[in-house]
Amino acid sequence: MKFQLIGVNHRTAPVEVRERLAISESSLAEACRKLAEHADVAEGMIVSTCNRVEFLANMKNGSGDLRAFMRDYFAVDMGQFESHLYEFREDEAIRHVFRVASSLDSMVVGEPQILGQIKEAYATARAVGAVRMQLDQLLTRAFAVAKRVRTETAVGSSSVSVASVAVELAEKIFGNLKGKSVYLVGAGKMSELAARHLLAHGAESIFVANRTYDRAIGLAHKFHGQAIEFSRLYDTCERADIVITSTGSPHFIFKREHGEKFLARRKNRPMFFIDIAVPRDVDPEMNKLDGIFVYDIDDLQQAVSSHVADRRKEAEKAEAIVNVEVEKFQARLQTLDVVPTIVSLHDHLETIRQAEIDRVRGRLGAMSPEQELAVEALTRGIINKIMHTPISTLKTAARDQESTTVVELVRRLFNLEDEEKRKAAAKTGGDSGASR
Amino acid sequence: MTLIWLRVALICYAVGLLYALVALTRTSEILGKVALQASYLGMVFHFVSLVEAVVEAGQLTLASVHNSESLLAFLIMVVFMLVYVIYKTTSPGIVVFPLVFLLTFVAATGQQPLVLTPVAVKGWLAAHILMIFTGYAALFLSFGASLLYLLQERALKSKSSTGMFARLPALQVIDDIGYRSLMLGFPFMTLGLVLGSVVAESTYGRVDFLDPKILLSVLMWVVYLIMVYMRLSAGWRGRRAALLASVAFVAAIVAWAANYFSGMHRFIAS
Repeated sequence: MKFQLIGVNHRTAPVEVRERLAISESSLAEACRKLAEHADVAEGMIVSTCNRVEFLANMKNGSGDLRAFMRDYFAVDMGQFESHLYEFREDEAIRHVFRVASSLDSMVVGEPQILGQIKEAYATARAVGAVRMQLDQLLTRAFAVAKRVRTETAVGSSSVSVASVAVELAEKIFGNLKGKSVYLVGAGKMSELAARHLLAHGAESIFVANRTYDRAIGLAHKFHGQAIEFSRLYDTCERADIVITSTGSPHFIFKREHGEKFLARRKNRPMFFIDIAVPRDVDPEMNKLDGIFVYDIDDLQQAVSSHVADRRKEAEKAEAIVNVEVEKFQARLQTLDVVPTIVSLHDHLETIRQAEIDRVRGRLGAMSPEQELAVEALTRGIINKIMHTPISTLKTAARDQESTTVVELVRRLFNLEDEEKRKAAAKTGGDSGASR
Repeated sequence: MTLIWLRVALICYAVGLLYALVALTRTSEILGKVALQASYLGMVFHFVSLVEAVVEAGQLTLASVHNSESLLAFLIMVVFMLVYVIYKTTSPGIVVFPLVFLLTFVAATGQQPLVLTPVAVKGWLAAHILMIFTGYAALFLSFGASLLYLLQERALKSKSSTGMFARLPALQVIDDIGYRSLMLGFPFMTLGLVLGSVVAESTYGRVDFLDPKILLSVLMWVVYLIMVYMRLSAGWRGRRAALLASVAFVAAIVAWAANYFSGMHRFIAS
């Protein structure tokens, strides 16, 4: 078990830094594959949301460093990011993954979106084979912990999501949202959620523009809204009072001159831009225009910081759950460490037993079925009795720090290492024999 | 007696003033409620004082400084209460209370009437004065709303939702208040000016457009007109609207003060 996690989040890095490290949905699978193929990495996965970019790996040995991967992948000097990066190893990494999945590390503690985002990242990494054994165990456990935190504490209740904060701000600008129209630029999950909240608070018409027109139609249909082709975005945008942007575009979609045009066409009625995209879609310069208000994902965080305090108590309970779960998971992982040894030991003794029975048969000739059964029961009984103590010792040792020494000792005593190698060699030999 | 009632009203308005001053640093819901109740009470005393003044003199004696200022303060409070009834917000009080207090204070400390020979203020002349004053009150509130709009806009832009800004009404509500009081005040002001010239024509046989007060009033009206026009055609609000409103406001104050220089408004029979 050599878990390592490195990343940036909304607390350690401003959006300007996060957007440079963000990995778009479309290139995530490829990035996971590259991570898993990296020299020191056995398994790996990547979580990239608007609030965090994290690289999680099960390393081949303790000396590897994920920074090397980041340097290769982004082809940049990592020194400039050093002050923003955090790094966790072993149980600290496990704890961090559990905390993130349980939404304890979120911008808005308890918000439910993060779990879905991690599940998606996990599915992506799994699909390309970057997550197989221990990381798989870790993530599966993390989802269970998240569920436990959600059901056993009130952290997730009355969740103040980014969406509801957006509604609060819109009401600060427009008063009543009745009759206001909302424009979705990019058809992401977050913007869909925000739109749903705005509609629930009285907003009436919805426009959707997306680079993939079909997705725009699909989403517009859901809200009884109107799909608009992306090319007509700038000609239609001034119809909306609230614009929610969440495209994967690497550049600003809305610049100052666009804002000026919209204002002129709208007779200076105010416009509210909610930019939940990372990298950002709206030029911050726009916020300087009279009548245009731009909030990016970090600003939304500021707006909700007051709500966070209310949940501190529940969060403490959740942290306790996470601590217990980390310990449990570690114990389980270590038990897993001894399982291969136990299996080898079984195999080893079984081979001896079979060989001895064959030898007896050769000497005594054919036996009656009763005799066969008696010999079988006798040999099995002896082996099981002898094996009992070593196996339970192994299992107990797994929970302690001495596990590796005991495992080593057993392997050496029974010469298991050579045994496995011999078996593997026989297997490949057989295969090549068949192909000949 | 008139002055005593007015001074009681002044004490009530002082609570409002306190609210306005406190609101600059922190928000207090209780104080807001107390200030509102005090203002109600103050308006009652204020009204009694005004009625008594009319009854005593048998006419509207606006010729004296304290009476006219008292009437203006009262009208501003009426408009403020109207806004409160419609929008349920006391935020304009931040601007309104200090001015009302000041006007009432000037009126209540009972300066000597400037007027040498008071003219009977009845009929059309009374209507002229009431309309102009209502126009003033609405204009002032519109100006106040512009300031609040600027404050709220800045709070939203700077993305800090703490302190006094947290309790300001929504931007669009402030905008509405400003727009409506502008639209309410303009016809009153226009009609008031027209009435004034009609009365002047019939009383003096001419309108002296070079009279400083009349000149300034016309100037103020022109700024007012530009404001309404820009608002309707280009949707001016926020900073630009506040700028225009301040010009109109300054013009209004100067026009008000011009009583001291105006021949016609000194009511000296020419």
